[in-house]
Amino acid sequence: MIRFRLFKDKTARLSMLGITILSLGFLLLIGIGLFYMSLPILREKETWKLLTSSNWKPFKGEFGFLPYIISTLHVTFIAIIIALPFSLLTSIYLTEYATEKIRNFFAPIIDLLSGIPPVIYGVWGTLTIVPFISEEIAPHFVEFSSGYSVLAGGIVLSVMITPLLISIFCEVFGSIPKEMREASLSLGATKWQTVKQIILRKSMPGIIAAIALAVSRAFGETIAVLMVCGNIPIIPSSIFDACYPLPALIANNYGEMLSIPSYESALMMAAFLLFIIIVIFNAGSRLILNRIERRYHV
Amino acid sequence: MKLLEEKIFKALMLISAFVIIAVVGYILFTIVSKGIGSLTWDMISKGPGGGFYLGKEGGVLNAIVGSFYLVIGAVIIALFLSIPVTMYINFYLTKTSFFAKTVRFSFDILFGIPSIVYGAFGFAVMIYFGLKASLFGGIVVVGMLITPIIMRSLDEVARFIPRDLIEAPLSLGATKYEMIKILLRQLMPGITTAVLLAIGRGIGDAATVLFTAGYTDNIPTSLSHPTATLPLAIFFQLGSPIEEVQNRAYASALILTIIILILSLSARYFSRKLSKNKV
Repeated sequence: MIRFRLFKDKTARLSMLGITILSLGFLLLIGIGLFYMSLPILREKETWKLLTSSNWKPFKGEFGFLPYIISTLHVTFIAIIIALPFSLLTSIYLTEYATEKIRNFFAPIIDLLSGIPPVIYGVWGTLTIVPFISEEIAPHFVEFSSGYSVLAGGIVLSVMITPLLISIFCEVFGSIPKEMREASLSLGATKWQTVKQIILRKSMPGIIAAIALAVSRAFGETIAVLMVCGNIPIIPSSIFDACYPLPALIANNYGEMLSIPSYESALMMAAFLLFIIIVIFNAGSRLILNRIERRYHV
Repeated sequence: MKLLEEKIFKALMLISAFVIIAVVGYILFTIVSKGIGSLTWDMISKGPGGGFYLGKEGGVLNAIVGSFYLVIGAVIIALFLSIPVTMYINFYLTKTSFFAKTVRFSFDILFGIPSIVYGAFGFAVMIYFGLKASLFGGIVVVGMLITPIIMRSLDEVARFIPRDLIEAPLSLGATKYEMIKILLRQLMPGITTAVLLAIGRGIGDAATVLFTAGYTDNIPTSLSHPTATLPLAIFFQLGSPIEEVQNRAYASALILTIIILILSLSARYFSRKLSKNKV
């Protein structure tokens, strides 16, 4: 009997270890797999040229990723610029000023915001943001805009990354010891002065890490952005122009035109690019966040 | 002067908190007011009839059922992977173990990988093995997407299980495997919350299933059939030039939003229950 129990224990431990190692290898597998599949195009063309050319003519075998890369950067930048002040101020409010009741009221709202699927954000964007831009904002600046634009993508994305930013900011601010706040307050500083000079300064690494995570989330967002960005492969010259971010490129074209040589490989390279950038951003910010957690919690 | 600054910034904070609430309200209001008009019983009780995409009768039952099949399969796969991993790194390894840290770290990164990359990778692998877009493909890829979600929230709960609870069964002579079986019971509310969150994420994701699960008007009867999903139903119907069909897209969006609302609220309910159980 005891032998059987020990045998069961051993089997369980080994299979758990096996599954753990397996899942550890999974990340590597995706990376290597995507790289392997983008090899054909990397062999055929110079990598630097692929990244800096803006000629995208798959039928002629020209693959320049620049419009997509620029579009992704533009949209992400706008999203961060809009989302950052709101989420920073809200998180300061929630951690430093708000009562328990208000915090409890806010938590499900943030949950919901992060739970709403991308496609719903897309629907909301096309119904409200897109017409608003083409009818109200754009006429003041440019002659014509369909509304499906860099700005629309940026606004929709900013709403989508806000819950992520708020939850990490709150965690980071919460990890700062109470004594620091009290020391500052007892010296006669106001609450805001304490926030400005102690909390924000102390949590700078955490804030940067949170932004990096939000950036990588924005890079990879597909359906919502695809629905409001217009999807024209040009380098946008203003925020009212249509654009075509990398994930949208993959989503719109993969699975269809696999007969054209190198096309599949080019799309795989787009996925590989996304993968690499996001892994780097994630790894960096997780390292910072883990260190913060360790410093104050152990 | 410093009091004025205090006041200004407090006002700014209140405004930004209010703006966030208003945006959530605005999103919900838009979806509800646009969708409610076309939300009929037929929408949720019937699959697409003849001429559905021209504005004739039918509903999106195929997509609703398809989405649920898909996400249930994916959750089973994800639980099968994430429970052993969390148990292993929390109860077999020590807190400072390098291996455990590596595993956590790599799951953190997997968590950040966007669904389009999972979708594209999954589809490329399916092509390699000569598989067509199917319920099975969708299940596996969505399973990959939600495994890190479940694993991370499980880990969050497992890490804070009280030492006494770990030591009591061991001191009575239980093996570690038997101890884990007991701890799993304690972790049940945590697992439920994690699963509900993951279902919400899996059911709403379009980029993973875009290539891998395909689309069809029928409710799938086998794993090798393609399946419709709610997000794609919304996406495709919205792309139609016919107003009737577009309205149905809004109604489908409302259905999906209601599902997400229910999931999100019940996840909150269970996590509150969890914090009550804390010793």
